[in-house]
Amino acid sequence: MTATHDAATTATGTKAAASISQRRQRSFVGNAWRGFAKAPLSAKLGMLIIALYVFAALFAPVIAPYGEAEVVGAGFQPWGTQYLMGTDQLGRDLFSRLIYGARNTVGVALLTTLLSFTLGGSLGLLAAIAKGWTDQILSRIVDALMAIPLLIFALLLLSIFGTSVLTMVLVMAVLDSTRVFRLSRAVAQNIVVMDYVEVARLRGEKLPWIMRREILPNIMAPLVAEFGLRFCFVFLTISSLSFLGLGLQPPTADWGSMVYENKMLITVGRLTPLLPAGAIALLTVGVNFVVDWFLHKTSGLRE
Amino acid sequence: MNAVLKIVTQRIGLGLITLFVVSVIIFVAVLMLPGGFAEAILGQAATPETVAAFNKEIGLDKPAVVRYANWVTGVMHGDFGTSYASRVGYRRDVAEMLAPRAFNTLFLAAMTAIIAVPLSIGLGLLAALYRNTWFDRAINSISLISISFPEFFIAYIAIVLLASPLMWRILPPISNIQDDAGLGERIYRCALPAITMTLVIVAHMMRMTRAAIINVLASPYVEMARLKGAKPWQIILRHALPNAWAPIVTVVALNLAYLIVGVVVVEFVFTYPGMGKLMVDAVTARDVPVVQACALVFAATYIVLNLIADVLGIVTNPRLMHPK
Amino acid sequence: MSDSMEKLKLAEKLVGRGKVSRRQFVQLALAAGFTAAVAETMFVKAARAEPKKGGSFRLGVGHGATTDSLDPATYPDQFTGTMGWGATGNSLVELNAKGEPVPDLAESFEPADDAKKWVFTIRKGVTFHNGKNVTADDVIASFRHHMGPDSKSAAKSILTAITDIKADSDKVIFTLDAGNADFPFLASDYHLPIMPAKDGDVDWQSGIKTGPFKLVKFEPGVSAKMVRNENYYKDVWFDDFTMLCIPDVAARTAALTAGEIDYMDRCDLKTLDLVKATPGIKISEVTGYGHYVIPMNVTVAPFNDVNVRLALKYAIDRKAIVDKIFFGHGTPGNDNPIAPTVQFAIDAQPRHDYDPEKAKAYLKKAGMDSLKVDLSTADAAFSGAIDAAVLYKESAAKAGIDINVVREPDDGYWDNVWMKKPWCMSYWNGRPTCDWMFQTAYAADAAWNDAFWKNPKFNDLLKAARSETDTKKRADMYAEMQQIQHDDGGVVVIMFNNYVNAYSDKLTHGDVAANWDIDGMKVGSRWWFA
Repeated sequence: MTATHDAATTATGTKAAASISQRRQRSFVGNAWRGFAKAPLSAKLGMLIIALYVFAALFAPVIAPYGEAEVVGAGFQPWGTQYLMGTDQLGRDLFSRLIYGARNTVGVALLTTLLSFTLGGSLGLLAAIAKGWTDQILSRIVDALMAIPLLIFALLLLSIFGTSVLTMVLVMAVLDSTRVFRLSRAVAQNIVVMDYVEVARLRGEKLPWIMRREILPNIMAPLVAEFGLRFCFVFLTISSLSFLGLGLQPPTADWGSMVYENKMLITVGRLTPLLPAGAIALLTVGVNFVVDWFLHKTSGLRE
Repeated sequence: MNAVLKIVTQRIGLGLITLFVVSVIIFVAVLMLPGGFAEAILGQAATPETVAAFNKEIGLDKPAVVRYANWVTGVMHGDFGTSYASRVGYRRDVAEMLAPRAFNTLFLAAMTAIIAVPLSIGLGLLAALYRNTWFDRAINSISLISISFPEFFIAYIAIVLLASPLMWRILPPISNIQDDAGLGERIYRCALPAITMTLVIVAHMMRMTRAAIINVLASPYVEMARLKGAKPWQIILRHALPNAWAPIVTVVALNLAYLIVGVVVVEFVFTYPGMGKLMVDAVTARDVPVVQACALVFAATYIVLNLIADVLGIVTNPRLMHPK
Repeated sequence: MSDSMEKLKLAEKLVGRGKVSRRQFVQLALAAGFTAAVAETMFVKAARAEPKKGGSFRLGVGHGATTDSLDPATYPDQFTGTMGWGATGNSLVELNAKGEPVPDLAESFEPADDAKKWVFTIRKGVTFHNGKNVTADDVIASFRHHMGPDSKSAAKSILTAITDIKADSDKVIFTLDAGNADFPFLASDYHLPIMPAKDGDVDWQSGIKTGPFKLVKFEPGVSAKMVRNENYYKDVWFDDFTMLCIPDVAARTAALTAGEIDYMDRCDLKTLDLVKATPGIKISEVTGYGHYVIPMNVTVAPFNDVNVRLALKYAIDRKAIVDKIFFGHGTPGNDNPIAPTVQFAIDAQPRHDYDPEKAKAYLKKAGMDSLKVDLSTADAAFSGAIDAAVLYKESAAKAGIDINVVREPDDGYWDNVWMKKPWCMSYWNGRPTCDWMFQTAYAADAAWNDAFWKNPKFNDLLKAARSETDTKKRADMYAEMQQIQHDDGGVVVIMFNNYVNAYSDKLTHGDVAANWDIDGMKVGSRWWFA
């Protein structure tokens, strides 16, 4: 964390040297605390939301009043003291399932996004720097993969390889990484032609060094913004896959499938499906508030 | 301009290679799917004899490589072949099946793009201009909430609000366009899907516009403009925007491609006879010629849009335009 | 009888035919001394009593694909069935609302030679949409279309018993390899509409048949448009009939409540009460022959032990599944695949109601304390199959049976999972007779014997009962077969599902048939606008 952060400040320092004066070394904790204290309200709210979700995910069995798949009563019970948010179509406690959903959904989404960014980001950088044939071959493969409609391709692949959690994560990560590749390549292309990269090249720096120290910090901002969105898109992909008849194994609670299972209720004006959808929305907003703050910090703007 | 011309010709050549790769990937993937056309059509009612009779009629008894080669030869001559649903005396040309569907998909995409692209770039610029104000946060939160709902969910909410007796019944809930529908009818029928798709894609483009602008606001030349006393909106339009085009155009192109390639769920919800639905139907039925043709059209659209994005990216960056 | 009363009587008749308006009728009734409220009721009754012509009927169904064709050999579902058979075609025989075979294109049919021969007399003066008369040759060609080694027809298996078909002026004589008292039922199948003969086969490509509507335009997977056949041999009420393919149930419901369609099939049961409460919407519900089943492959462990099968049959809480997933719109099964409304159906004893103790006892009898099995499921089997599997898992856990629910992809479910995985969710549309149902899925040599269950006694009875013409003896034989199936069979029958459809209250109808959904797929000719 500190490494990237410092790298970011160093790099933006080169870009806008005048604007940054204080760059003393501090302890990580102190740094983080000061950063947090200075954060705007929205970012604090975002962090609070994320902390809450992480807490719910980690301690799901302790917090949830009932089991994940336990049938505790009749279907579609109203909200009340016994079932905080009522029950779902099978009579499972909705509140408990939402909490367990945090665990399953956030876990899957985080894993998928990390995987896709590692894969797509590094290949994208490589393509931008190496240019020539490497770029062409990688770009053509990515083009070919991206040119096939994502959902339909996922449908094909999951029908072939089955729908275990692992294959789902892998398929979604690979398909998602193509988007990351495109973006990181496009942004990095603009940086590669910058003078300081040229200088580093002439200085005789090795490729990984240039990638890590000169380019990555400068393309961090759009990549992080993309990360925030992509992370949230994974829930949606799971949800859309449920729509086409694929999804996590039941009775696993995940918000995407929960929205799908209760979708009909919205058409008659019932609010139950808004709960899992709202859970996704809240996290999306929270994550992106933090991302925005991060963007603002790394941009070097001081207003 | 020379650089651009070179890129375009090169890309068209490479695009053809991409199309070839796509067709191979799709062919192999459909081949790997369990079951075949006969089983899919007959469903629970399939018996080994009827399946065998079927496969013989549609030529599935030939080896896969031969089938693929025949298909490629046909496509080279502009013939996309016939659907497996054809029978003796009942020819169903893939091209004829595809054309109206492709038109429908393009129509919906164009209608959505006309609303969504100016809207999102405008909002993105405004958000960058009034960054960290209540306006920025409100626009941001609303757009984030709109993309964190699954597409079908937004679609249902739009139906409840605009096409059901529960609220206002001003638009039709299903978009079952007939081939011979007029322009007015088309626009009326496409309104709800276009609104849904707009909500789905605006946030992404808007956020990327905002991020790209803010990213260049820290550059020395923007600082310089500021010191000169330029007004904030001048800084954004004259100094920041021209240097932020590359990521914005990339994201716009991606989203336009998405409008064509990724609308399958919305097509399902609104019963819109577009290409996504055709392709899913064809995958389900293992109707390989139709799957292949759809994939090719999707891929070609995608390649062209990306080519445009790349060209614009180069045109807007003098360093790329005139490489040292 | 006073003059005004007489006028009123006449008006009542005319209302039925749509010749007198509500206002005129009420005025007459008031003149005859009735109150306004009574007059209104009388008008509605009169208007309902007799069907009348008029109106454009729009039907939204959940089926339909771009690969659909007009070839009846491959009608996969309700879209093609309703369009190509119910609305534009006729079989020789049709099933009425009570499930009895009645003449359709054949004006009469009788057995000969111990039901080894069946003679169908073709209705006189019936023409195809192109004006050509229906002849015995057309009938023969229409049957031959599904027979023979090159047939790709879904109806091939029900016609294998036919050894010969021949024409005798206006009669068609079918010869079977063995007696079959139920042959007219087979002739009512929706794959067997009569089509014009052409070049040794039939002309199905043009869509020309004999039915109440003529096909105008068919866009596979999207819509079909039809207009009334003015030369039909019976009355047809709707002026024209449009079918829309709307696969998403929420979209279908929205289309109905917004008035885009007049009738939708397969309602969402969760929200049915709320849809029912919408003004102007009515629900039509019948218990059909269709049923949800979980076949186990009885040739592999642990399902090869009848005690394990019985344990699993007692470990499922069918009532909870019917109540929770289908909101009571169905009848819990009792491991007998014959629907209660079918002739010769019995209620086998002891009923397999949920009883974890009995399940445990049978498990013990099989020499096990606990059992862990995989159950494959997908909503492709039937809508709600995943939830049903999850509930089964819950109820079986109390009997020491650990069911591992495996969600399979919808895509390719019937090729990949059904009859491949040892235990999976499945669905049968059901058949109108014991023989047809058993012959389809439970006979030792049936192509779709999905439990791989071969019971010699059962198979002997099946052959004997088919050619038995004594009703009492047949009833006894079928009762015994159902009992064997119940005690020993490899299929858990979860429930018989209701056909739950919704329609605009502008529509009216008679008794609704149960043999297929959408009023036996004949909603187009059996319903009318009030």
